[in-house]
Amino acid sequence: MRAKREFYHSPKDLPAAEFLSPGSTLCAGCGGLATLRLMHKVLGENVVVVDAAGCMTMLTSYPYTVMQSSWLYTSMSGASAGAQGIRDALDILLTQHRLPETDNLKVLVLAGDGSTYDMGLSATSAAICRGLDFWYLCYDNEAYGNTGFQTSAASPLGAQTSTSPGGFAGRKKDIFEIWRAHQPAYLATVSAHEAVDLAEKVRRALPLAGPKLFLGLAVCPTGWGFDPANGFEIAKLAVETGVWPLKEFVHGQLRHTYIPSRFRPVVEYLQPQRRFRHLFEPQRRDDVLEQIQHNVDAYWQRVATEAATT
Amino acid sequence: MVTAQNQKLLTGNAAAAWGARLAAIDYVPAFPITPQTEIIETLARWFDAGEMQGKFVTLDSEHSMVMAAGAAAAAGVRVFTATSSQGLVYAMEALYTISGWRVPLVLVNVSRALASPITLGPDHNDVLAARDAGFVQLHCESCQEVLDTVLMAYRIAEDERVSAPVLVNFDGFFLSFTREPVEIPDAEAVRAFLPRFEAKYPTFRASQPLAQGAAVLDGATYTYFRYQLHHALRNALEVHQQAADEFEAHFGRRYGPVETYRLEDADTVLVMAGAFASKGKAAVNRWREQGRNVGLLRLRMVRPLPDRELVAALVGRRAVGVIDQNLSPGLGGILFHEIAGVLAAEENRPAVLRSFVGGLGGKDISSAEFDHVLATLDGAKTGSADPELLFTDAEWRQMQQRLAVAGKSLEAATP
Repeated sequence: MRAKREFYHSPKDLPAAEFLSPGSTLCAGCGGLATLRLMHKVLGENVVVVDAAGCMTMLTSYPYTVMQSSWLYTSMSGASAGAQGIRDALDILLTQHRLPETDNLKVLVLAGDGSTYDMGLSATSAAICRGLDFWYLCYDNEAYGNTGFQTSAASPLGAQTSTSPGGFAGRKKDIFEIWRAHQPAYLATVSAHEAVDLAEKVRRALPLAGPKLFLGLAVCPTGWGFDPANGFEIAKLAVETGVWPLKEFVHGQLRHTYIPSRFRPVVEYLQPQRRFRHLFEPQRRDDVLEQIQHNVDAYWQRVATEAATT
Repeated sequence: MVTAQNQKLLTGNAAAAWGARLAAIDYVPAFPITPQTEIIETLARWFDAGEMQGKFVTLDSEHSMVMAAGAAAAAGVRVFTATSSQGLVYAMEALYTISGWRVPLVLVNVSRALASPITLGPDHNDVLAARDAGFVQLHCESCQEVLDTVLMAYRIAEDERVSAPVLVNFDGFFLSFTREPVEIPDAEAVRAFLPRFEAKYPTFRASQPLAQGAAVLDGATYTYFRYQLHHALRNALEVHQQAADEFEAHFGRRYGPVETYRLEDADTVLVMAGAFASKGKAAVNRWREQGRNVGLLRLRMVRPLPDRELVAALVGRRAVGVIDQNLSPGLGGILFHEIAGVLAAEENRPAVLRSFVGGLGGKDISSAEFDHVLATLDGAKTGSADPELLFTDAEWRQMQQRLAVAGKSLEAATP
């Protein structure tokens, strides 16, 4: 099932404008960078990015920047608060006619999962509750990537990280549901390999005032352990196995924008990644693999039940 | 200058709020904490009543509050905020971050001791923990000085030679909740001293993309920018002087980086910061009445450290005693060591330089303790960096009782 689209139907429909120059120091095949690039195409010009400590902080290092938009690096936990300050200042200046409307900016928080799921959650939660008119992109590579791939609250069950060498025993925090409980103006999960779905969601959020939050799966060749050339395939498998649901929440309604007609087994997504290799060799860990599959199945069972009862 | 019409009885907190109001600030990101809360409550009421223009917003923490404050200043509005104690240290990362952005704003800190143990009483460990954060730091003694210093602080912060945030400090409880007669300057006179804000630095606007807070990947570039901030804060010495000249011309009151009290012929000098200097001055008066040549130096500007003024005021004295209302465990009084450092290169430095630590966590410094300090300085032949803790016999007896109630014997509880 693929939700009907209003604005974009094929990758050819996406805006041609580019707002990130090539030449950043980020890793080859960075899914987070691809997500930001696509999102910015639809956001268009006149953006100020408020960055939290993370991989993307390297997009601007003195005296270079790959950003054509404005940029403010804040701290690991303070990006949403920085966004509040900029938005409020711009509104004050606009209201008092001290700044022409043409100089107005969209405020976009750019944060990884490390910041988003834990340390930055307080500031973001508060900003959403205040109804702050801002955009938020979490590039979720499921670990603290910039420091060498340590376990974060976004790390999934079984994933090996440099601080969970035996595989993470907990469960990935459901930040989507935490955010949804705040009733933001717009909320969606996205994946860079689903460029049209991503663009459609950003475009749908454009006319909305208030918090517009995007949770993007950021495939991470360096941390997850796969050839950068396979990033598209890994991202596709995340969606086709049901591990990464594509969904949106707007006007009080939650809907999935794509549901595979037949889910592929999660092992197809897990097996090509070094971070899950210990689940396959030297001994196959069927207990963990079955638990991961069970969690995914349970999610989609809930979705089906809710769809049947509404 | 002063008329009954524009004089009111104000707490230190209300005086700080009046300073912000008269400065025509645009933006207040806020978070409550004792003993500062009255400041933000007062401002919230004024915004709500339409007596102030702009926006008041409550953040989720002091860290967020300072980050929002810095970001708003970077976007080109005049920003005020206030905190205390745990809030200031919770915001510590943000303090360093926004001073590096070189944004002018004013942060009032109402001093309160730091946990643990958790308490509400004042001392200066909170504000001195922020002394290296890249803020100009001004310490006030009276409610009038609080209001006036907030106004001066914007002049200093916004001067292009400085372009850095300013922290205005005053003591919790002793000043925050004490009413004193305060002259509230006329708003038009304030506009002549401090014009409405227009950012002179690049701000965030669509027509002029700006990268602020960019990462640096090498030590030389990092050093360059941090040293720029050092120069900017050193410039604040001269800028403060000019602001003080103009403030005096407009309002008739003058504030220096240090305040000298009865120093002219003093051979023994107390050095203090903050509201307890008033009690120090009273001690000086008592000793003067007995014909003793004593005086007091109040350190008003802690950053930049006004070394020339300190040298000019202290060199040639026989004895100097620094009363620190803070304790750096393992070192002693912080200001003592800063002042000793300033005097170290002076040939004619005081023969006696002594360190006293008192007034921690809201503890009083009694008249008897001041007398003890002055008598100690009077009788001393040599200096010592070893701090003497001011603690009265009555306080010690009370402490013994508390230990007994807690079931601790004095022998077991005393190192």
